[in-house]
Amino acid sequence: MDKLIAAKSEPLWNTNNKVISIIVGLVVLLFVLPLVGLNSFYLHLFIMIFMHAVMAQSWNVIAGFSGQISLGHGAFFGIGAYATSFFYMEYGITPWISIFFGMFISGVFAVLIGIPMLRLSGHYFAIATLLIGISFQVVFQRWDLVGAASGLWITMTPEDSWIALQFHKSKLPYYYIFLVFFLISFFAVWVLSRSKLGYRLRAVRDDPQAALSLCINVSNYKIIAYVISAMIMAPMGSLFAQYILIIDPDRVFNIEISIIVLLITVLGGIGNVWGPIIGASILIPISEYSRIYLGGTGGAVDLILYGLILMIICVFRPNGLISFIPKDILERKKQR
Amino acid sequence: MTSEIILQAIVTGLMMGLIYALIAAGLSLIFGLMEIVNFAHGEHLMLSMFSSFWLWSLFGLDPIFSIPITILLMAFCGIITHYFLIRYILKAKMLIQICATFGLSIFIRSIAQLLWTPDFRNVDKPLLEGRLEIGSLFIGQPQLIASLVCLMAFIGLYLFVTKTETGLALQATAQDRHAAEILGIPSNKMFAIGWAIGLGCVGVAGGMMANYFFIFTDVGINFALFAFVAVALGGFGSIIGCLYAGIIIGLVESLGGLLIDPSFKLLYVFVIYLLVVIYKPQGLFGRY
Repeated sequence: MDKLIAAKSEPLWNTNNKVISIIVGLVVLLFVLPLVGLNSFYLHLFIMIFMHAVMAQSWNVIAGFSGQISLGHGAFFGIGAYATSFFYMEYGITPWISIFFGMFISGVFAVLIGIPMLRLSGHYFAIATLLIGISFQVVFQRWDLVGAASGLWITMTPEDSWIALQFHKSKLPYYYIFLVFFLISFFAVWVLSRSKLGYRLRAVRDDPQAALSLCINVSNYKIIAYVISAMIMAPMGSLFAQYILIIDPDRVFNIEISIIVLLITVLGGIGNVWGPIIGASILIPISEYSRIYLGGTGGAVDLILYGLILMIICVFRPNGLISFIPKDILERKKQR
Repeated sequence: MTSEIILQAIVTGLMMGLIYALIAAGLSLIFGLMEIVNFAHGEHLMLSMFSSFWLWSLFGLDPIFSIPITILLMAFCGIITHYFLIRYILKAKMLIQICATFGLSIFIRSIAQLLWTPDFRNVDKPLLEGRLEIGSLFIGQPQLIASLVCLMAFIGLYLFVTKTETGLALQATAQDRHAAEILGIPSNKMFAIGWAIGLGCVGVAGGMMANYFFIFTDVGINFALFAFVAVALGGFGSIIGCLYAGIIIGLVESLGGLLIDPSFKLLYVFVIYLLVVIYKPQGLFGRY
């Protein structure tokens, strides 16, 4: 709680200078890397890492910061994917605008779902969100307006087009778009984690009673966290839809999406801004490579690995891989 | 829409509900003991159905005779689960507990998919077959026997927990682990027993359902969802609550499917869940 009070005086850039220079170096590297030459497999790999890192970051906001475990976060991913595709197919609205529609719709749904459900605690909320995730899939499988079970096939533009956000020749533009979104949402969550709001959310997570006694409206803050989380998730769905150009309920509302964001965050370190990035950059290569080398056997080998990793992490490193890094490296010692 | 059809739906719903109740009772028992929700419950159900299937297909044992073996196997599986995973996460945060059992569920399901492929299987010509006709009612014999066996198992479980010494020790551990330990009840042993019984219940339900249900690796997901809902509806940790909740869910599922649209079964159950949990957050009979 003392952090809560100290929040006012906490500077935004309270991070070790060395760490900052490493981060800046990495970002520059990420921008330059494709120019040096990456084949399309590596571009795909990086795109998937960026996407999953943001998705996990979104889950981190609701689960890591405010402590509510959502097992149906794939719903917002699907809403984002359907929003851009639907508005583009029906009204020809460019995805650049309808990404915001997707965010807005997700936000509205998060409020609608959040108001009744965030009053529930712990397991009740987790089970309710599990049901929400599956309900969305069921509804979209039967909804004729959005193509029911066969989904939406986005009409391909003959040429690469920035307006329609479609690139057929190379994955390079996608790489930069995902990279930019990745940096934006990472920065946003980082600012959030350092802001008053972030500290209040953590107070709500750690001790709701104490938070309440400090005039923090617990349920409002939970809803705010849920909305922010949903609005980070939705653009990834939109971009993913533009990336693969065919969406159907079984793909974008799949329960696997909800599972993998949880897995990445827990692997990397929950409640920590760096956790999802570490988790995604370890897990996604494992999954893509195991799919290439072992996927041909017909079994879901990558899923076996996921399950095993998740259990091992929970038993031996409940704070995730980030707990291997000493804390004082990440944060500059307070000068008092 | 005649009354006969509605009556038929009610009977079908009741029979399904009793099975849900037994599955949920296992989940509830485990939760009541150590406040861990077993998110791998559906996968355990799937394992028990496969055990029944393999005993039939390899040794020619009819599912109805292999039930004791299935129960023992599942109880053993429960003890293994407790020994290798659960006892390490007893003191962890709720999130970690959820993730660990979730990981177990992914692990079991994908291993099963690797070993047995996702094909649909069924037990061909089991001893229990055909249906009864009572007036205008059609009742499948295997379904009827399955629900009656589940009801009996449920009553047995209830009597065990409330009347026997071990059952009372279980209850004591559920109420206050440390106080029970002071009185000489080893909580670790109780947890292992709880897991054995909880999965034993699943073994009964799975073994009976193997008679008439398709057996495939994803079969557990829907049952587990309904079991979660039943446990939350009845109140976490309350065993008798599971019976009512299971029956309510079975009825809602079959009546909703009949009166509105069968493809949205899950949604009706979901709505009921939300309504109950919002107005009575501890569930119908819950302690928490």
